[in-house]
Amino acid sequence: MIQQMDRKPAWRNDAYAKVTGKARYTDDIKFQNCLYAVPVYSDYVSARIIDIDTEKAAKQPGVVKVITYKDVPGNLQFGQIIKDYSIFAHDQIRTCGDVIAVIVAKSRLQAMAAIPLVKLKAEELPAILDAEEALKEDAPLVHASHGSNIANYHCVRTGDIEQGEKEADVIIEQEFTTSRIEHAYLEPETALCRKRTDGVIEVYGSMQHPFSTRRFVASTLGKPLADVEVKTVPMGGGFGGKDDTAAIVCARTALAAMLTGRPVKMTYTREWSMRESYKRHPYKLQYRMGLKQDGKITFVKVRIVADGGAYCSVTPWVTWRSTVQCCGAYEVPNVHCDVYGVYTNNIYCGAMRGFGSPQVNFSIEQLIEIAANKLGLDEVEMRRRNMVRQGSVTITGQKLDEHTVSLEQVLDIILKESDYLNKRKQCSLGNPEQGEWYGIGLAISYRGMSLGAEGTDFNSAIINVQPDGSILLETGVHENGQGSESAMILLCAEHLSVGKDRIRYRQPSTSSIPDGGTTVASRGTLMGGGAVVNAALQLKEHIAGVVAPDLQCSADEVIFENEFLYNKDKSKQLSFNEAIRLMYNRQEYPYSFGVFQAPKVSWDEHTGQGNAYFTWVYGCQAVELKVNAKSGQITLLNMWAAHDVGKAVNPEMLKGQFYGGMAMGAGYGILESCDVNGGKVVPTNFHQYRILRSTDLPEMTAIIVENHDPLSPSGAKGIGEPTNEIMAPAIANAVFRATGKRFPNQPIKIFEEKETQRHRETEQKL
Amino acid sequence: MKTIINRKEIDLNVADLERNLLDWLRESLDLTGAKNGCGIGVCGACTILVEYEPKRACLLKVKDIMNKSILTIEGLTKEDGSLHPLQQAFVDAGAIQCGFCTPAMVLTAHSFLLQTHLPTREQARKAIKGNLCRCTGYQQIIDAIISASVHYQH
Repeated sequence: MIQQMDRKPAWRNDAYAKVTGKARYTDDIKFQNCLYAVPVYSDYVSARIIDIDTEKAAKQPGVVKVITYKDVPGNLQFGQIIKDYSIFAHDQIRTCGDVIAVIVAKSRLQAMAAIPLVKLKAEELPAILDAEEALKEDAPLVHASHGSNIANYHCVRTGDIEQGEKEADVIIEQEFTTSRIEHAYLEPETALCRKRTDGVIEVYGSMQHPFSTRRFVASTLGKPLADVEVKTVPMGGGFGGKDDTAAIVCARTALAAMLTGRPVKMTYTREWSMRESYKRHPYKLQYRMGLKQDGKITFVKVRIVADGGAYCSVTPWVTWRSTVQCCGAYEVPNVHCDVYGVYTNNIYCGAMRGFGSPQVNFSIEQLIEIAANKLGLDEVEMRRRNMVRQGSVTITGQKLDEHTVSLEQVLDIILKESDYLNKRKQCSLGNPEQGEWYGIGLAISYRGMSLGAEGTDFNSAIINVQPDGSILLETGVHENGQGSESAMILLCAEHLSVGKDRIRYRQPSTSSIPDGGTTVASRGTLMGGGAVVNAALQLKEHIAGVVAPDLQCSADEVIFENEFLYNKDKSKQLSFNEAIRLMYNRQEYPYSFGVFQAPKVSWDEHTGQGNAYFTWVYGCQAVELKVNAKSGQITLLNMWAAHDVGKAVNPEMLKGQFYGGMAMGAGYGILESCDVNGGKVVPTNFHQYRILRSTDLPEMTAIIVENHDPLSPSGAKGIGEPTNEIMAPAIANAVFRATGKRFPNQPIKIFEEKETQRHRETEQKL
Repeated sequence: MKTIINRKEIDLNVADLERNLLDWLRESLDLTGAKNGCGIGVCGACTILVEYEPKRACLLKVKDIMNKSILTIEGLTKEDGSLHPLQQAFVDAGAIQCGFCTPAMVLTAHSFLLQTHLPTREQARKAIKGNLCRCTGYQQIIDAIISASVHYQH
């Protein structure tokens, strides 16, 4: 267990560049003779396009080209799962973020000036703005070709639900809703593209998935993957949000560069970003849970409807995780779960940190306490009686026996650190004699790591030792700001037993390393790190084989330690540099290509059964807060998190993930909601879409728990998402203990908006 | 018509006076440490110091800095490229993730530490209220400010 007091200076390879402002993000890079592109939207949410008139816009000063669907040489339609997204709208407008044209001009201001001159002639169509409405049989179809507004459906069928009903002493029904969330990365989407003299289109962009971006670009341009090279540059935050939209911005920019023969930059304003970029799915979750008098859960029946908006994006994968984790970290013998991803004309939804888990955790972690209350049981004891333990079988039939199941361990740590049981006694429960209510709450979770049965899951790393012993390292993992490059360097140094200072991380491009999948699903350290460790093992084996005669021992006796190679009894030694020199002298490259393939997972789509993920992360978070009884204002006082990460590679950066995740989770709990009105995204910028400021947040405590994972070559699992999936329900539980009321709708508003406003006004008068 | 940017005197062109200050810094002077995160003065990513006071460059015009002294992140780093103690504190505390808010955050903290002797965490927290960060939860940024505060002589 690593506590805050054991503190070493943090290290990251890009810290100097970032703290001096020298790091070049996409918009900071300049090419000569560059043109500037801007997107054009329509005023519609749902309409049939009759004509897009670009003539006038094209004649404006500085305008070089106005691009529409007619100019796309490759595939107009793209999508990671269903190809339902038009890179440029052509037959229909399906949502407010649809782009009808891109204007390319000599300056950004000239391009922007021409926007109002693109004229769209269209016939308005009825819009479906509610997921339940969209599910009705007579509802108009968002995509006629899909044949239904159901983008996807998943289920879980475990045990016998009728038996579970019969065995239950108490049955609880509760509906929860969650809001649409904007990622709010600080750097808006931006892309810079140019056509090289060899014909390759070079792409620099603010995107978190170079390989996914390459697919979007190549498809749009009608080019083979090898003709598109996506380069890695520093990126100003992603949180899952810089996949589809960011890749589409790159694809449109690449097209502009191809059509004009000049470098083109397209940098989004915050307004365009909020209007067009996909969000976290708003969910409606209807739970029915049965329990025995002793608190054991006998069944869970749940129906979940996710508003996926106008395009599928990765909705089937997001909602699949919700399916697998719909009962939280509990053993439930009988489960009946139906999950629908639904098309509407709202802004579309896709990946966001948490990926389908924040919604179910917000619900189930309250439901378990509602049940405890009803049965007169302690909510902590209630969790202990139902939580997964070593050897437990999950609701999808997976036996948890291949790693340490540490759920109770993290729960106990948080109970102790937060002094939960004592503080619980001081909670207000809506005491009418108090002007300020106090509450403490917690939540637990388990999270399947990496992609699981969503898709193919492997990654690679290249270690290339130079003749002087310096090392070039490269992996298929993308630096999203989380510090993945630093983690890869540290793992490489540890496993080669050399200092990190001799390792230089190559800025990889899609042309230099195989497609390692996307840097999502908290899989960077796990999958990329696994590949680095495997590459290091191979390299050591290779070097040992070559230099064993010099050490007068067999290859398997060679010991790598602290920049030296030794024989068994350490009577002979070679420095790492000497060993490398011998390699080159003997015409052997100290070069290795390591691969980590995720252990096998399985899934049966019809029964919702299978070994969904090869490993799981266990976490617990707690919060204490106060609620102003008059204004309803929630003030966070303290937040704690403990997560079993397997192994801490870079502890300070790891804690950064804890803090950032708790903060984002707290915003989810009490503040954030990206509302739509008539299908149009209401907030246009950060003055309307508020995220938590420093003064909205309390002091936080991060507790790292390490139980090395035997299935992970490095022992590490992952952390990005686990930290962001349980602060909201912890807050909801604390708010209950403060106010005596349950808030099943996220974000939690103690009073309705009008009432809060009235209180504020009254207070101002006083 | 002059201004002083990072201790260097710069002549201003009449044609530039009405330009957006952030665009001018980034495009004409290639001082790209100041970032555009919202363009309406809410996120703080474009913060520069005007006479040591944090200001939103995206809300200013070039004429607003006439005859004034400006410090951008590029000017905080020493001539030889070595880090200012505050920058080093950000690195050591793990206060940097995506880094997009970092230059502005460092400048805001610098201005605050010039004015506040050995601040409390609560004071540091209030000082950076105007700078949004989506990655860090601000915890390690506050750690950095507190640990750097001993380097500021008052």
